[in-house]
Amino acid sequence: MQLPLGVEVPIPTFEQFVFIQVALLTAIAGLAVVTSRNLFHSALALTLTFFGVAGIYVFLEAEFLAVSQILVYVGAIAMLIAFAIMLTRSMMYGRTSPLNNQWGKASLFAVFFFAALLAFARATPWPAAGEEVVADEALIAALGREFVTTYVIAFEVLGLLLLLALVGAVMLARDR
Amino acid sequence: MVPLSWYLMLAAFLFSCGLYGALARRNAIAMLMGIELMLNAANINLVAFWRHGVGPMEDLTGQAFAVLIIGLAAAEAAVGLALIIAVYRERRTIDVDELDILAG
Repeated sequence: MQLPLGVEVPIPTFEQFVFIQVALLTAIAGLAVVTSRNLFHSALALTLTFFGVAGIYVFLEAEFLAVSQILVYVGAIAMLIAFAIMLTRSMMYGRTSPLNNQWGKASLFAVFFFAALLAFARATPWPAAGEEVVADEALIAALGREFVTTYVIAFEVLGLLLLLALVGAVMLARDR
Repeated sequence: MVPLSWYLMLAAFLFSCGLYGALARRNAIAMLMGIELMLNAANINLVAFWRHGVGPMEDLTGQAFAVLIIGLAAAEAAVGLALIIAVYRERRTIDVDELDILAG
């Protein structure tokens, strides 16, 4: 079987078959985010995309990230976006086009950018697949240890940034 | 096991979708959704390179980066949506084509 990027695979294994389903779901939902006319449908498609990306993390043996993805993106960011849509009455049902007047150039640029990324991915000789890992608690424990040793500064700065961003968001959005 | 290039293709597609959304949508919230898509695509790439990289599996830099980016995305979404709501209070619109008071 011949796939794009010049990858020769005989017949997809079961894991690859499931990956194709999840990736297709993610890609179609991602496309629906930017093409849907109704902004609320976009937000729902975005939630589906976040779920799909969490599934991709499971394929990559990054369980902690998959759970964080659902907690932070689906639980917090998608909810924030839904509330912002409802607070600003911005559904734009057929009133005007949801696209601005540079959408033609933007779509051309996006298509060319996609083609260029594919060409780069094809031209680069990637290392062969890494060793098989079975993600377990040890990997998550190691990640936690990294955050209190190697990346402790980044971790603390991120915490401070989140605190300041949330306080700033309350200050910006409050009714004066 | 799934080859690295499949992840890269998916991430490239999601990034291009987000790029189109951020450039072509009129609504500020839709632009923010495009930015979120791009951040997700970058995260898929980081984790895919961690999984298929040459380094040992115990080197968790790729995953650590992805966790930090998820946190940054949360901060960015909170501030961005607060700004959108503040702008909507002032101007009763979040159509970015109409928000041109700084245009000379």
